[in-house]
Amino acid sequence: MLEIRSLRKVYDGHGRQVEALADITFDVAAGQFVCVVGPSGCGKTTLLRCLGGLLRPTSGDIRVGGRPVSGPPSELAIVFQEYGRSLFPWLKVHENVELPLKAKGLPSAERSRLVGQALEAVGLAEARTAWPWQLSGGMQQRVAIARALAYQPRVMLMDEPFAAVDAQTRADLEDLVRSVWRQFGVTLLFVTHDIDEAVYLGERVIVLSSSPTVVVEDLAIDLPAERDQLNTRSDPRFVELRAHVYSRIQQAKRRAPAQATAPRNS
Amino acid sequence: MSATLLRRTVMVLGLPIALIIIWWFTSANSTDFYQPPLSRILEVFPETWLNDRLLRDVPASLGRLAVGYTLALIVGVAVGVVVGSSRFLRRLLEPVLEFLRAIPPPVLVPVFILVAGIDNAMKVLVIISGCVWPVLLNTVEGVRGADEVLGDTCRSYRIGGVLRLRSFVLRAASPQIITGARQALSIGIILMVISEMKAASQGIGFIIIEFQRGFQIPEMWSGVLVLGLIGVLLSLLFRAVERRVLVWYYGVRAAERGTR
Repeated sequence: MLEIRSLRKVYDGHGRQVEALADITFDVAAGQFVCVVGPSGCGKTTLLRCLGGLLRPTSGDIRVGGRPVSGPPSELAIVFQEYGRSLFPWLKVHENVELPLKAKGLPSAERSRLVGQALEAVGLAEARTAWPWQLSGGMQQRVAIARALAYQPRVMLMDEPFAAVDAQTRADLEDLVRSVWRQFGVTLLFVTHDIDEAVYLGERVIVLSSSPTVVVEDLAIDLPAERDQLNTRSDPRFVELRAHVYSRIQQAKRRAPAQATAPRNS
Repeated sequence: MSATLLRRTVMVLGLPIALIIIWWFTSANSTDFYQPPLSRILEVFPETWLNDRLLRDVPASLGRLAVGYTLALIVGVAVGVVVGSSRFLRRLLEPVLEFLRAIPPPVLVPVFILVAGIDNAMKVLVIISGCVWPVLLNTVEGVRGADEVLGDTCRSYRIGGVLRLRSFVLRAASPQIITGARQALSIGIILMVISEMKAASQGIGFIIIEFQRGFQIPEMWSGVLVLGLIGVLLSLLFRAVERRVLVWYYGVRAAERGTR
């Protein structure tokens, strides 16, 4: 479903060249849940924006559903980190969820059905006539997720969606994402800086190095499909995997200064 | 009447009533020809205005204001959206726009008379020439300041064209546009009067000038009162519309204040 080959992105501005992504290569099969982790500033958001068609890569090949990405693909939905700013404050919750469907050109009855279904799935059916700014942070992010679901995408990209949310709400939202993924069967690419979250949620975890960013490891998570906050997180296998990812990231961070001093073509 | 409603009415009407009373008593024994007592002004008010003047001149003036103001809104918002959306256009046009908006419209009245004659078209042009600038420049600012995360959301969900304009650009800029529209309303009322002072045959401004020329001073002052009342009524109307359109904006600001 997602194919990324030798993705490279260099930011050019203010007299500085910043190589956000050096060489990223991996695949995601249809219906998979893949988490991407890496040290801060390693270009996770850049990767997501290139995938989502919001940013043009310097070089490399990205394909969604077999077709190369030249702009935002039509079967892809993004959930941004800043939930407060990604919802339209002048639209009520159900109107926010409905707007992309209007852009798609769906008839009104179909739109109502999809909106109702999506709000039901995230547990916000009672809040449909509320204004976004009347809701808490966690609920706002649920609205953003509902909006992505109602759009019926084949691929969902989530950019550190729970970074700005408190820990208990984050736990609820993590479980919500997993249940919604299984219910709707989307291909999910989840970017996060939280190692525990990545191991808890993903079927695979892709570990990135720090700048210049490459894929350090593509780890299969062999935890059972049924996961819950209490038992899975105390599972010895979880602890092992988590420690492994953590040590890989620490290695990647320590290697970075050496790589920075190595000679590079300008 | 409930206590809060009573209190609010007193707050709103208290100062104006107090000022009127002060005016009444300080002017009561005035022998100045140009500043008659308030009692005299109110005495001539009914016979001056509550006749066919009300049906002929006031609607004529207000009609021109309505047309000029509406056209200024349409042109200001349309051009403002185009300029605000393009960094290139903004940099290209900013000096020219600043120059044009700095020219006081009354100064342009003779120019407009030459160009558009002395009829309604000229008067509407004068109103537009003053009203369009606050709307245009505020629209540019409002469009420019639209949240880029919302812009990314629109791009990634492929929301474009008219839907994007209606649901994103215009709504995001609406607080700024409304601010510009409010300024334009005040300017419009002033220009409505000024445009009728040079070459006109009917209208509120025309009547006031006629009274001045004929040394009918109390009647002239009554005209000033009428203008003031019109201004207050239009402002109340504007606020009612603003409250409906910007419900969400007040909500967002209140929510932000609550968490700070």
